[in-house]
Amino acid sequence: MTPRRQRMALIAAVVAGVAVSVALALVAFRENVLLFFSPTEVVAGEAPTERGFRLGGMVAEGSVSREEGSLTVEFVVTDFANSIPVSYTGLLPDLFGEGQGVVARGQLNTDGSFDAEEVLAKHDENYMPPEVAEALERAHPEGSP
Amino acid sequence: MMWRYAIPIVMFVGLGALFLNGLDRDTRTIVSPFLGKPAPEFALPQLEDPEATLSNATFGGRTSLLNIWATWCPGCRDEHPFLNELSESSGVPIYGLNWKDDRAVALTWLDTLGNPYTASGYDPVGDVGIDWGAYAAPETFLIGRNGTVLYKHIAPLTPAVWETEFVPRITEDCGSYPCK
Amino acid sequence: MIPELGQFALVLALGLALIQASLPLIGAAQGRDEWIALARPMAAGQFVFVAAAFLILTHAFTIDDFSVRYVAMHSNTALPFAYKVAAVWGGHEGSLLLWMLILAGWTLAVAAASRSLPEAYAARVIGVLGIVSVGILSFMLLTSNPFDRLLPAAVDGNDLNPLLQDPAFAIHPPMLYLGYVGFSVPFAFAVAALLTGSLDKRWARWTRPWTLGAWLFQTLGIALGSWWAYYELGWGGWWFWDPVENASFMPWLAGTALIHSLAVTDRRGIFKSWTILLAILAFSLSLLGTFIVRSGLLTSVHAFASDPERGLFILMLLMLITGGALVLYAMRAGRMEAEGGFKLVSREAFLLLNNILLVVATGLVLVGTLYPMVLDAAGYGTVSVGPPYFNTTFSIPMLPLVLLLGLGMHASWLGMRGETLVRKLVPAAIIAVLGGIVLTVVVSRGLDNVLTPIGIIAGLWVVIASFWDPIMRLVRRESRTVPLSRAQWGMIVAHAGVGLFVLGVTVTSAFTIESDQAMAPGDSASIAGFDFEFRGVREVEGPNYDAYEAEVAVRRNGSPVTLLAPQKRVYRVQRNPMTEAAIDPALRRDLFVALGEPLGGNAWSVRIQYRPMLRFVWLGALLMALGGLLAATDRRYRAEQRQAAEVTPGRLVGNTETA
Repeated sequence: MTPRRQRMALIAAVVAGVAVSVALALVAFRENVLLFFSPTEVVAGEAPTERGFRLGGMVAEGSVSREEGSLTVEFVVTDFANSIPVSYTGLLPDLFGEGQGVVARGQLNTDGSFDAEEVLAKHDENYMPPEVAEALERAHPEGSP
Repeated sequence: MMWRYAIPIVMFVGLGALFLNGLDRDTRTIVSPFLGKPAPEFALPQLEDPEATLSNATFGGRTSLLNIWATWCPGCRDEHPFLNELSESSGVPIYGLNWKDDRAVALTWLDTLGNPYTASGYDPVGDVGIDWGAYAAPETFLIGRNGTVLYKHIAPLTPAVWETEFVPRITEDCGSYPCK
Repeated sequence: MIPELGQFALVLALGLALIQASLPLIGAAQGRDEWIALARPMAAGQFVFVAAAFLILTHAFTIDDFSVRYVAMHSNTALPFAYKVAAVWGGHEGSLLLWMLILAGWTLAVAAASRSLPEAYAARVIGVLGIVSVGILSFMLLTSNPFDRLLPAAVDGNDLNPLLQDPAFAIHPPMLYLGYVGFSVPFAFAVAALLTGSLDKRWARWTRPWTLGAWLFQTLGIALGSWWAYYELGWGGWWFWDPVENASFMPWLAGTALIHSLAVTDRRGIFKSWTILLAILAFSLSLLGTFIVRSGLLTSVHAFASDPERGLFILMLLMLITGGALVLYAMRAGRMEAEGGFKLVSREAFLLLNNILLVVATGLVLVGTLYPMVLDAAGYGTVSVGPPYFNTTFSIPMLPLVLLLGLGMHASWLGMRGETLVRKLVPAAIIAVLGGIVLTVVVSRGLDNVLTPIGIIAGLWVVIASFWDPIMRLVRRESRTVPLSRAQWGMIVAHAGVGLFVLGVTVTSAFTIESDQAMAPGDSASIAGFDFEFRGVREVEGPNYDAYEAEVAVRRNGSPVTLLAPQKRVYRVQRNPMTEAAIDPALRRDLFVALGEPLGGNAWSVRIQYRPMLRFVWLGALLMALGGLLAATDRRYRAEQRQAAEVTPGRLVGNTETA
């Protein structure tokens, strides 16, 4: 190839590569981007029922319950303005607990409850996952509750 | 053809602007819904003396600080020396809200590190913390003479934050700094 | 008093770094020999002071000096001694000091091993490294001083995060940083080359061993991190596409592209400006990784307690270093004339494809990692990009990459007939396809995904194609031919590692069986032909933790395989529970059991996993690193050093070697 043709081939290859990657990214994003919603937004009907999303808030005090010997655990995720009952089957993360911040990934049922496929808790005692913190800030009633 | 060697720098500058924007939107600088609103009503037994109460009345119409702390929180240890210093120099009474903690451990902590608090409320369950919208420790609220929340800071208090955010507000509310 | 000496040592190091970053560069531009000569002593002095600071901090940890805030935050009297040492890099400030120590170490190595380079060029390289040092040292002194005092001193420390109390963690950050920071060397070589203006291809030859060195440490560091996450995080995955993992993976991908493009520039004198750009990209992505981990911009399980102020500082640093290099690039890269073209079927063409695919892969990871931030900045709310995105999009450039790899290794420089290349490798391809089909049938129980046999065949194809030349030599008993050089062996071993890696990833992600079970003593679960019998839980005591320990007996067809003892630990200081999984490793398969929480009535939740060929993933990474080591120590580079010392600087040396 002449140097000029070689450069053209190079540019063409780069352009094609970038174009393909952008197209792929867009397609994969549409399918794999998970939106985050707070209990208040879910109650307001902003969250989808036909696809999964992430729900975040605090695990309400006294809400964690399970049948003896069962892997399925039920708890309530709250932002202190609204609450969503969540059901999850499987191992909970180490720092899961009442009064702790939590992010659950899963699907909303038509009856307003949430089936979690995965539950994430924060990894140290100091700070919350920022999206949970933000959700709590937004949802908190003005002045005192 | 020289222009194409400038493509990387142009892309990079765009990315840099994005990062800068991202930093500004840090969740910790969100405006609290409390700002300018009356402080939540609360009453708690005091840490040192369970018979005494810490409540809104305790602020007594003075410019005050409410600091949410706990012994399990490293950030609280971080800011503690600075709080000790402020209790001497600022003229603003600092009230503590001992959050989700153990009374004995909390008292030992104050013995060892010094006690900057005029009084501390004891909130082992975390109810009052929730009323104040606390989701992390430490947090510091500035309460004005009329009982409204003037400012809220999440994460350890630093001299820089104190100078830029607290001092001007205290000066305005109290008329002078240090506050008389 | 001693900690103050540590801080003083850092200040002195900053002073030397300032000289190192200015005078040698000015001297090289103006031809002042006495300023050029300052570069090496400054680098050595800087290393001495940074090392002193590091030793002082380590000392503070070993004597439990809780009047140093960083020590109080990350250590405890009850912490075992080895972890007190590892705790030095258990938090932000100390790990930054480690970063700096490694940078000073690489600079010292460059200073010591650059005698063969033209003096002015070596001074420029060391000067550019000095600029990076100035940035990191001032970052440390201004925002993250590890020697800050805590007065009055704490009675006892807050303890090291239990997740980090682990042997693999102890060596993971040093390895990773050796890689991350090592990319500063090719970066400095590239910027120095841009500063020099007219640039010949010897630059590429000098840069190659350094890049290989950084890359092999990075490979080991990432593999160690993945291994650590697998057994320590207790979830049983080995890669989560977490922002922090991506932060270390992106410079690795760019570094891999750089290694290959350097080979072309070295041999053929083409792709010069592209190679320079990759060198800038690899180090910038390293800095970006540092920024992501420490700014709080993206959330991650591995992230340090974050601080926007620190984020801003690193961002400024990134802007200055990368931005400066890219401005220089825009001004100077046009002067680099290619020394010829290349043919369609040639080693050069295949390496070009390799580069494009690797850069596309880097871009896809970058987009997925930064997308949540972009959306947040645009006000569209908080989103996350899940592992499925990465798994899908990443495999798309990777598949052609590994398929072409087998061909590219056997293509000649300067070009050859496509027919010759294909004919040579047809037998290898047939073996790979047949072997892949057999292996798929053996490991799978019912085929559900068409990509699985393709992945298996691709992995085998790369392994076989890598070893094809030595195999053919053996078969034909060609003793008369020149023996393979160490660099060629390096290429063979590293690429075989890629093949094993692809094989391991494909099989383990397709055929892993995971099951969460509620188990009471006496209960059994059958997974992948193994019977897991839960025999109950007892309490045990560790040096600084209490734990519940389960006993799980594993049998296959009635005969015992192993006894597993997963634990749920509570470390006494921080009081956080932590899962310690139990693993029975084997080359063929891993058995993994993690203990969850009590479910009432003696029952516990238990996670059981069967992972076939997981070890191939890390074995592949180890072979890649070994290949890098072989290539980096090829005698060509040592010979070059001796030879160049005798050649007048500035004169282009023609390359007469053949591939």
